[in-house]
Amino acid sequence: MAEPAVSLLAHPFMRNAYLAGTAIAVLAGLVGYFVVLRSQVFTGDALSHVAFTGALAALAAGIDARLGLFAATIAVGAGMAVIGRNGRADDVVTGTVFAWVLGVGVLMLTLYTTSNSTGNSAAGVNVLFGSIFGLSAGQARFAAVLASVLVLVVLAGARPLLFASVDDAVAAARGVPVRVLGVGFLAVVGATAAEATQAVGALLLLGLLAAPAGAALRLTSRPYRAMWLSAGLAVASMWIGLGLSYAVPRLPPSFSILAVATAVYLAASVGPAVAAVAGRATTAFSRPAPPAPAGAGERQTAPGSRTSSRARRADRPPR
Amino acid sequence: MFAYHFMVNAFRAGTIVAVAGGLMGWFMVLRRQTFAGHTLAVVGFPGAAGAVWLGVNAAWGYFGFCGAGALLIAALPRATGGDRSHESAGIGVVQAFGLAAGFLFVSLYHGFLNGVSSLLFGSFLGITDGQVLTLLLVCTAAVVALALAGRPLLFASVDPDVAAARGVPVRAVSAGFLLALGLTVAEISQITGALLVFAVLVMPAAAAQALTIRPGAGLAASVVIAVGITWAALTAAYHSSWPIGFWIATFGFGVYLAASGWRRWRSRR
Repeated sequence: MAEPAVSLLAHPFMRNAYLAGTAIAVLAGLVGYFVVLRSQVFTGDALSHVAFTGALAALAAGIDARLGLFAATIAVGAGMAVIGRNGRADDVVTGTVFAWVLGVGVLMLTLYTTSNSTGNSAAGVNVLFGSIFGLSAGQARFAAVLASVLVLVVLAGARPLLFASVDDAVAAARGVPVRVLGVGFLAVVGATAAEATQAVGALLLLGLLAAPAGAALRLTSRPYRAMWLSAGLAVASMWIGLGLSYAVPRLPPSFSILAVATAVYLAASVGPAVAAVAGRATTAFSRPAPPAPAGAGERQTAPGSRTSSRARRADRPPR
Repeated sequence: MFAYHFMVNAFRAGTIVAVAGGLMGWFMVLRRQTFAGHTLAVVGFPGAAGAVWLGVNAAWGYFGFCGAGALLIAALPRATGGDRSHESAGIGVVQAFGLAAGFLFVSLYHGFLNGVSSLLFGSFLGITDGQVLTLLLVCTAAVVALALAGRPLLFASVDPDVAAARGVPVRAVSAGFLLALGLTVAEISQITGALLVFAVLVMPAAAAQALTIRPGAGLAASVVIAVGITWAALTAAYHSSWPIGFWIATFGFGVYLAASGWRRWRSRR
């Protein structure tokens, strides 16, 4: 069991991928939790297109793609928050802006491929779909450090952000700077999008934001637990996905990461319903059994009540 | 410009796309389903890539995936009121997985790079007569369906609760609309590419809804704006070396900015 893992990490490109991928997954899981909680998945979608345009603009201008990525996503993220009400962007405005940004991206792609006489349009595909196995050691370290800093920023603001996300009116009344938080949060989402673009590409980063967080929110309604669960699921998807692509070289890493994340989301959406049905069946069968003695019952109430509350949640009509 | 047959076909196709996109997009924006619409637009890409990989006609892939995507999104629990987080997370997962699958198909098929960018960004200038005819048939069917279901759809879009109380089958109407949107998008994106179909859907509609809230006038405005943008973009692309997608998006954005600026100016007076 240990030997394949050792040979996996013996390759420098796999070490780089795991280093950058883990940090990016933690960040995407944490940020994604708030993105889903605040119903801003569409904004994340828009930022993914901005990432595409920003990176290609930088490439067309002949500078480091990361510079364009971060500048474009952070600026547009914060800008959308400023325009929108309460630091949240309206979805029609979002859609219109990013359709235009995408048009500009097409122009940049054309400019880049025509200006490069070598015809290197692989860069465009890399920006769209990621190239985590192509990261250099320096790029991987930079991505990891930046992701860690962003994780600390998110954790520092987690409490007021949670308050503002769940009930912005009450939070504003209690003196939480809702608007500033909203703008700051979208700036962080922008930076996360830029980070994740390096791992899974501009078009797929939405899955890394939405799938683990969506799964976590289905599994638990307790905020901090869901937040960490989301980060954990994102990391698990990243690790398993990278391992899969190493084992089956025909699978591109971005696909396997996203496929695992989607499977996790599916399991989390379907699982509780199945568990509820199964739970109902077992309680129906075990009902004639005599009540357990007091001492044993005491020990069993905690896990028992948890499963029943989960079953109750799953029983609720879909909202 | 019209001496070239490919430009004539581009104008014919563009006009059909604009009319269908303008009408469908108006309802999409009204129903606040821009994210769902974008996802439907995007799942055409894995469909086409998969079809190319398997060696079947790309149209099957477009229609199959867009139709399946529409049914999948319709099956997600529809959000009511303020809490949309679960629904949007579900749509996001559908979209990202669709794109990831598309990337897998493309990399399994080795005709790599040109394929991706034409599937994603389309090519307006190589349209055949046959394609124009299919486009016309599919879009006419979609517009006729929209006209027949227009009243209940409008009712269910504006106030789903009251509509449900009055006996409108809101869920079925919603699923039917998504399916019609998916099939229209599947046809349109064969011309415009999976990423840019969204520009035709959202921009004219958003501008029209900024101009007027009356349904009839809004639908008309949306179509007129869409056709105008498409013609202007085709002309601009013909006379410049920049891609048509850029021109459509830029003209659309300009019209939207002008429309929302006009609304703001009106409401201030």
